[in-house]
Amino acid sequence: MNAPGHNAPRIVRDIAHARAGDKGNTSNVNVWAYDPADYELLKHALTVERIKQTFPQLVRGKVTRYELPHLCGLNFVMQDALEGGVNRSLNLDSHGKSWSYLILGLALDDEERG
Amino acid sequence: MSAFRIGTGAGFSADRLEPAVDLVEQGRLDAIVLECLGERTVAFAHRDRMSDPKRGYNALLDRRMRALLPACRKAGTVMITNMGAANPSAAAERTLAIARDLGLKGLKVACIEGDDVSALVPKDEPFMDEPGTLADVRMPVVGMNAYLGIDAIVPALQAEADIVIGGRLADPSMFLAPLAHRFGWDAMDAARIGAGTLVGHLMECGMQVTGGYFADPGVKDVPNLAQCGYPIAEVQADGSAVITKLDNTGGCVTTATVKEQLLYEVHDPTRYLTPDVTADFSRVEVVAAGPDRVRVSNASGTTRPASLKVTVGFDGGFQGEAGVSYAGPAAQERGQMAAEIVRQRMARLDGKVDLRVDLIGASSLFATAGLRATDAQDVRLHVALRSPNREDAELLLWEVESLLCCGPAGGGGFRGAIVPCVITKSVLIPRERVKPTLNVLIA
Repeated sequence: MNAPGHNAPRIVRDIAHARAGDKGNTSNVNVWAYDPADYELLKHALTVERIKQTFPQLVRGKVTRYELPHLCGLNFVMQDALEGGVNRSLNLDSHGKSWSYLILGLALDDEERG
Repeated sequence: MSAFRIGTGAGFSADRLEPAVDLVEQGRLDAIVLECLGERTVAFAHRDRMSDPKRGYNALLDRRMRALLPACRKAGTVMITNMGAANPSAAAERTLAIARDLGLKGLKVACIEGDDVSALVPKDEPFMDEPGTLADVRMPVVGMNAYLGIDAIVPALQAEADIVIGGRLADPSMFLAPLAHRFGWDAMDAARIGAGTLVGHLMECGMQVTGGYFADPGVKDVPNLAQCGYPIAEVQADGSAVITKLDNTGGCVTTATVKEQLLYEVHDPTRYLTPDVTADFSRVEVVAAGPDRVRVSNASGTTRPASLKVTVGFDGGFQGEAGVSYAGPAAQERGQMAAEIVRQRMARLDGKVDLRVDLIGASSLFATAGLRATDAQDVRLHVALRSPNREDAELLLWEVESLLCCGPAGGGGFRGAIVPCVITKSVLIPRERVKPTLNVLIA
């Protein structure tokens, strides 16, 4: 893995990988720490509250976080988070396949959070 | 008992063919599954069938069958596929004709039907996962298909079919059926059915478990992705399996590729619903077992659902999309100006249609998430709308193209397209009301 630059803010992508999927208007993004040592940091950085607060216009419904600690994984299930879903959304990515990178782009360190 | 070797030859309707041929020729497979149906795919297939009763199956069926049937016959590999989409009998007849044309005398083609439940679902059936009923949708229904499980597929294997073709066969069930058939698993043995469902779930999206849809340069590198191979599962009688691929193909099978697929489109990991089981993936073990070999075990399950999911497709009118590009100094400002002009000129449709305006390069996929660039130098205005009326979509294309002469400076590269749309909704049907049928044809 590339080391981040000296002053570069660390983002979730630096410690974890993810994949997004859709069912109707519900998006799920699974996120996995590469190194078990980073799992606690991942859980600390990616809280349900933070997801809801960071994307209020996009993630409109209930967010549930499932944990698979033995695999260092989190699964976010975000209701009403696909702009109506593939039936209604006029987003080029109407399945929200790119939502994985929405999560991976979040800053890791508290002072970087906006 | 030796391991059962099962491969994937397509993970969605438009998936690649060449690696599927390689896999059948070199993989020593007992079975190969071509999963080619999504909720919207089946709805589009119904529209095709309405316009021509001989159509409504996967558009790539001819090419796939011509390439794979001889290889499957030579290797003794059974093929299971839902390429029948909205017209399994036409797909089976077409496959039979291809088999005869290729001289594959005696090839047994099994056709599974009974997934079309449009005559069985009440017109005011409530939705499965949202408020309201079918009667609330003011659009014409194009088709209704119940997800069929292994109880529909296993009889075709018992009849010693070489090729099994159906419509809405549930994705993991197509993998589970030959496992249950080979190992003699009882359909009510939720532990083993859950384990086999995990195998199906990991395999159903094809190369998504062998390095496809995974590469992220610098952090997740995948060797030779261009020649990525489809997956093979070596499944044991207890349902545990090793996920692997052919040695001479690109891609990779690692604990990371397997984990991303483990929860792909899964919500609660303890309750993954299929027609066959309520599967529990929450305690699955994922362990490296050599180069491009990952062992998965410890999936389980509880009782299968009493109802089957039904996808209802509606005619959703038309979607129009059009774009013009801007590059160089102030490209983003000029693109933004073009966006405002189109909004003003399309105002006559305000309240009648949803219009979406994006500036690709500055803000599009993540626009609603609130992320945008500030000084993008190469942007594309992209405007989309959906309407029951084709004329509305035509107007959009006209107004975007006209920017070439009466929009901001330096715009170029107009493209526009109008495509038909479908809407899908889900309802439930008691499983005993769904009666799968089997018809075996011999070349």
